Amino acid sequence: MRLISVYLIGLIFGVGISISGMANPEKVLNFFDFTGTWDPSLAFVMGGGVVVAFFGYRVVLKREGPSFDQIFHVPQNRTIDLKLLGGSAVFGVGWGLSGFCPGGALPALGTGRWEVILFTLALIAGMGVARYINTHTAKRFQTPGGPELHQPAAHGPLTEAPRGPTTEQNIGN
Amino acid sequence: MEIVNFTPFASLFGGVLIGLAAVLLMAAIGRIMGATGILSAAVFAEDDRAWRWALLAGMISGPAVFLMVTGNWPEITVPVTPVALIIGGFLVGIGVSYGSGCTSGHGVCGLARLSPRSFAAVLTFMATTAITVYAVRHVFGG
Repeated sequence: MRLISVYLIGLIFGVGISISGMANPEKVLNFFDFTGTWDPSLAFVMGGGVVVAFFGYRVVLKREGPSFDQIFHVPQNRTIDLKLLGGSAVFGVGWGLSGFCPGGALPALGTGRWEVILFTLALIAGMGVARYINTHTAKRFQTPGGPELHQPAAHGPLTEAPRGPTTEQNIGN
Repeated sequence: MEIVNFTPFASLFGGVLIGLAAVLLMAAIGRIMGATGILSAAVFAEDDRAWRWALLAGMISGPAVFLMVTGNWPEITVPVTPVALIIGGFLVGIGVSYGSGCTSGHGVCGLARLSPRSFAAVLTFMATTAITVYAVRHVFGG
């Protein structure tokens, strides 16, 4: 049930990317080409996504926890450091060269186009090199999806969430 | 400046679906919908990979559903060389790993959570992407 739900959520994301134009490098690159052939569409993609997620998160994060997990795995790091800014800057250069970002390329793999496969292989290679460097140096960065994210989240573990009188308390009385 | 291929309604609808998927993923398993972390951990992490592969499988099925509904594959026009795809892909892989996220994780989920790190990341990569596109198209290219 959990994995089927996750699959369907991925499908919604993939259909959204397909409709939005984020999987199309020509459209992505034109969004950034203000002085040439400008296509403002992608502002609507991000705008729509952020507004829905902003209100949706407010509703969801009020719950005690997710349906199929113990806690909300929400990043707690709030430090803006050189790794964040440098990494993001390098990401932008790669995005500007190729026209693909990870969220656009992954659904686009479903078209079987060789350009997408080539980009994704290079993307995974870059991630692998970054992970290798990270595990072999003293100062580690926070890998998205890595164990560093499994820290006490906004609501903490379900067992510590505020709730009504429990059976144990009743026995204690 | 010339405005081309502007698709505000399709793009807004696609964006709403992306936001909806992010909210549902948080509601279902309490995770951020970030393509970077999902792909990186699906390939390289030691454990907890099943949900990431399930999510990737769903994402990859997206274009086929688009094909069934509209009768066409989503348009993908690649106006760059294979070398640019390889160098670009590698730089994206390095950058999103150090930067802890990309357009989906920082750009949609992070901004929606009002994360200061995500605001900083989005401003940074938007700026360098625009500079890169300008340099490639109007300084070195033509």
